[in-house]
Parts: sequence; C-alpha cells; structure tokens
Amino acid sequence: MKKVFQSDWVSRLVDSLLPVFATLAALLVGAVMLLLLKVNPIEAYIALWVGAFGTSNAFAETLVKATPLLLVGLGICISFRGDVINIGGEGQMIIGAIFATWVGLTFTSLPGWLVITLSMLAGFLGGAIWGGIPGVLKAYFRVNEILSTVMMNAIAVQLMNFLLRDAMIDPVQAERASKIPQTARLLEAFHLPRLVPTRLHLGALIAVILAVLVYILLWRTTLGYRIRAVGQNPHASRYAGIKVPRYIVLALLLSGAFAGLAGATQVFGVNYRMITDGSSSGFTGGAGFNGIVAALFGQLHPIWSIPASILFGALLVGANSMQRVVQVPSALITALNGLVVVFVVSSEIWRQKRQRRRLAAARQDGESPPPSDEKQAIQVEAGA
Amino acid sequence: MISDLFSVTVLVGILASGIRLATPYLYAAIGETFSQRSGVLNLGVEGQMLLGAFAAFYVALTTGSLWLGVLTAMLVGALMGLAMAYVTVNLHAQQGISGIGFYLFGLGMSDLLFQKLMGTVETVKGFPKIYIPGLSDIPGIGEIFFSQNILVYGAYLLVPIAWFVLNKTTLGLKIHSVGENPDAADSLGVNVARIRYFTIILGGTLSGLAGASLSIALLNVFQQNMTSGQGFIAVALVYFGAWRPVGVLGGALLFSMINSLQLWIQIKNIPIPSEIAVMMPYVLTILVLVATVSRVRAPSALTKPFEREN
Repeated sequence: MKKVFQSDWVSRLVDSLLPVFATLAALLVGAVMLLLLKVNPIEAYIALWVGAFGTSNAFAETLVKATPLLLVGLGICISFRGDVINIGGEGQMIIGAIFATWVGLTFTSLPGWLVITLSMLAGFLGGAIWGGIPGVLKAYFRVNEILSTVMMNAIAVQLMNFLLRDAMIDPVQAERASKIPQTARLLEAFHLPRLVPTRLHLGALIAVILAVLVYILLWRTTLGYRIRAVGQNPHASRYAGIKVPRYIVLALLLSGAFAGLAGATQVFGVNYRMITDGSSSGFTGGAGFNGIVAALFGQLHPIWSIPASILFGALLVGANSMQRVVQVPSALITALNGLVVVFVVSSEIWRQKRQRRRLAAARQDGESPPPSDEKQAIQVEAGA
Repeated sequence: MISDLFSVTVLVGILASGIRLATPYLYAAIGETFSQRSGVLNLGVEGQMLLGAFAAFYVALTTGSLWLGVLTAMLVGALMGLAMAYVTVNLHAQQGISGIGFYLFGLGMSDLLFQKLMGTVETVKGFPKIYIPGLSDIPGIGEIFFSQNILVYGAYLLVPIAWFVLNKTTLGLKIHSVGENPDAADSLGVNVARIRYFTIILGGTLSGLAGASLSIALLNVFQQNMTSGQGFIAVALVYFGAWRPVGVLGGALLFSMINSLQLWIQIKNIPIPSEIAVMMPYVLTILVLVATVSRVRAPSALTKPFEREN
C-alpha cells in the first residue's frame, strides 16, 4: 500500500512538471530556429534572461507584464474548468478598460481611492458583460463560444477605435488636426499606487490576492464545485439537479470579468489613458491570448498560474532585450508561446495514461480509487 | 452622400470587389469544412493563412514565379496541417486550444520571418486579371464575374468540386461517417485516423492557398498580421454555412460584400463611422449563428478525439 502511495506521488510530480518539459522543448525548437537565423541561441537566451531578471527594474517590468496575464489567466482557469473555451480575453480587456476609463474620466471630483475602487469594479462589470453575452448565446442558443468570443473581440476593437476617435477622445486631441485616438490622461490621484520605486503597481498585488480567492471559489464553494462539475460531465450534472446553462453563463461571465479587470489595471496602473493603434494587441499587448497560455501552463490552477504568468511576463520582457542585443525580432516569443500551448495540450495524453495506470494499480490493491475523481463525487451527489 | 453609392459604376465596383474579397474566405472555409465534417475543429486556420501568405509572397518576390509562391504556400499549409493532425489524431490534444497554439505559432513565425528576411513592406506584381473572352464584354456582369484573376476563379470552382466530393463520392461518405460516428465507421473498416489526416492536411493546404491569394493575388503585399482575423471568420463561416460548401459560399459572399461596401463607404467619404461599418459583419455573423445553429446540427463527433475500444 505504501509503495503504491509513493509511486503515486512520483507520478503526480512528473505530471506537474509536464509544462516545464513542454517549455524546454519549445525553447529547444526556438534554439534551432535561432541557429537557422544564424544567431547564437545561448547568447540570445542569456539576453532574454538578463532582460527579464537582470536588474530590479527588469524584474519589476516582468511583474508588470505578468499582471494582466495572471488576471486573464484566472478567468481562463474558471471557464476552461467549466469546459467553456473563452478566446475573448482581448475584447473583454478592451471593454473593461473602456468602462473603467469612463468612470475615471467622469467622476473627477471624488476622492482617489473611491474612483480607483469604482473603476476596477466598472472594469470587472464591463468584462463580465462582454463575456456574459457569449455565455448566454452558448447556454441558451447553442452558439459555439469559441466563435462568438472571437467575433466579440473584433467588435470590441472597433468599438474602442470608434469611442477613442469620437465620444471619448482627449479634448486636446479633438482640437488638433492630428486627432490621435486617445482619451485624456487620468488624474494623478487615480493612478494605481506604485508598490516599490519601479513601475510595479497595486494591480499585481490585487491579481495575487484574486488568485487565492479564485482557488477558494473553485474548490471551496458550491458555485465553483458546480462550474467544475458541469465542465467534467454536463449530463451527470443535469441528473444531479445542477442547472447546467446557468453555470455555463456564470463561467464565461466570471472569466470575462477577470479579463475586464486586467484591462482596467492596464489603464490605471501602466498607461494612465487609453490609446489605440487600431488593433487589439496595440492596447492589450496580446495578454488576452497569452493569458490563456499562462493559465494552461499553470494547469488551470489559480495558484500555479502565478509563477506561470511571471514566466510568460519574463518571456515578453526578455524578448525586447533579445531584440536589442542579438537583433532577433520579439515575434520569436509569440511563435514559441504557440509551441508551448501545442506541447502542453499534447502532453495531456501521457498524464491521462498515467492517471489510468494509477487507478488500475489502486484497484489491484483492492482499494477504491482516490476520492479526487470528480465524476464519482457527482454520482454521490446525484444519489443523495 | 449616401446616394453616391447607387450609381451603376459604384454598384458594379462594390460587387466586383466583393466577389474578389470572398476568395480567401472561400479557400480557407472550404478546407475547414472538410476537416470539420470529419470531426476535427481546426482553429489554427489564421496561423496557416499567415504563414501561407508570407511564403507565397517571399517566394514570388525572390524567384519571380507566382506559381512557385502558390505551391510553397500550399506546402507550408500542408505541413502545418500535418502537425495539427498528429497532435489532434494521435495525441488526442484538445482541438480548440491546440488550434490557438498553431495560430500563435503562425502569427509569430510569419512576423519573425518577415522582419528577418524582408524588413520592409514591399509589393509584387500579383496575378493579372483574366478576361474571359466574350463574357467579360457584357456590361456590368463582365466586370463583376469575368474579369478576375486566376485564384479568384479557382476559389469559386472549388465550391462545386467540394460539394461533389463530399456528397457524391465514397471518400465524401467516409468523411461524413468518421465525423458522425467514428466507432461505427471504424467497425466497417474505415480508417478513421487516415481520413482525418487527409482532411486536416487538405484544410491546411487550402488555408495556405487562402493566404497566398491575399498576398499575391488580392493585395500584393505582405504585412505583419495581414489576415487580421479572416482565418477565424473562415471557421465561423463553416458553422454559418451549416457544413455545406454552398452555405459556406453564401456566408463568404455576405461577408465580403459587406466588407466591400464598407471600403467604398470610406472611399466615397460617406459620413458613417467606418468602425461601425467594419463591425457589422461580425455582429451579423453572431446573429446568423443564433438563428441557424439551433436548427442545424454539427457533426456529432466534432472536437471529439477517436480512440479505438480494445
């Protein structure tokens, strides 16, 4: 019995290291690509490392980049656990940012702490609406959420471009011929406070606290349990009396809300205004997509998503220094992120195989399978 | 003024560019129809298109041969398809997410290669218009339908071919059975994995061609992220068209016509915010999905990996 337990432990450890192997594999492919581009990969990766962690400023910058990844990633943990594939992070970030910015530019006579709180809530709400719409469409009209969230991204970008050129344009720019599409700058009092004398802002702390709260939500509350149950087995959940459509909507709505908050913190913590170059990544820096990568890397676990986000934040920051030092376009990192995703989802098969073997071993030992098996738990609830 | 839009010349212009602009949607969405009919959702179309667009452009620019460019784009797309097939068929990876991975890969890779190999935006002389003798002289109709380039004609030719293959051949029947009930297909001796490999690689090839049609037949430039979401729309068009080539054609035309109208609105300086115009096709797609999805059933095995029972 003890032996089973031990091998179980080792095999679980290997499982949790799979994303690390996936990243190493992606970096290896990246090294081959660098060689083909006649760049010394070791030099390139050293430049990347130094750029991301070399100085306290560099590390702060890494954390600044990691913040929206973590916030989006937390939403992804919720929706993907509910078997809802939210690809709409970009659009949800944008709408959240628009809501928050509107609050910040409208209530200029209120005290700073109040406006910041209201703005963050507005961002949360904006993202929730933008995620909730595809949620309702999926739950009640059977519209594939992957498609609808992608469409909602495109709509959000145009909405942003329109508002920043029209209703929300900086009054200064409105007077000028150039008419740069951007909002006015937020009052100093409304900026998210800096944590240390770098660009690191309160948003990072909020994200970490929320990671803990999302963990509690998913594993310590009925709501979270039901979202996961619906994701694991919608049919059994229905028999267990769970209103499946409601939890599909909730999963997407919450997921969007976190992305919306990510958008809000970008405006209030980093740029202090909204500005558009016409594309979504111009505002989000691609965090709506990269947040998915980070969450997958963190195995859709909110706490593991923290180091995962820092890793991908580091890659993004390091990519810029790599571009400076060895003249490799930072687009390489986008390509490598793609490979990490492919490798991580591909390695899933080995995890499943081992899980099955563990179960088989447990059964041979005459034991019941580990109680973590959620389908069983659902059946228990159904029987009760 | 709005009335400016309704002169015959402008109307013909809108329709002619609408027919042209449907080309990349058609190639990519017909390819995606094949893979989805066999039960595989390929969400990496956008990435395949981007790499295809770059490959076609770069090869055409350096060798001077447009056809070599087209071939390279198709080959690149096919290779991406092969990778996607291995990951989804053999490794049972989540299709939607691995598709996003392939999208990011194509996005980054095409950008990287563009910056490393070219550096600046250049133009090529793309495929010339082919005037179909006789027909192209018909006023209006001739300009709209019979004065396009070869890749545009090819895209429309693909629709009946795809319809025929999917509905009238044994291969089409096998694709259908694999997408609806892989277990039954397998027990009847259909090689599920082989069929899916075929459709995913075909989808990749056509996505590469879709990219090529953008970079060396329609726009004749390559820029970073030049597909700007067209690959994702192509995937949506398959749902929109209810997994039928003719339906896909309808969706592609609807989309491209609105796009074309929107371009002309900007050219003619009509006071409708261009953002609202650009937004319309997306809103429309969502509405049409709401209206059709509950009536039409997706292939039963879509996104489900197949594993033989032992």
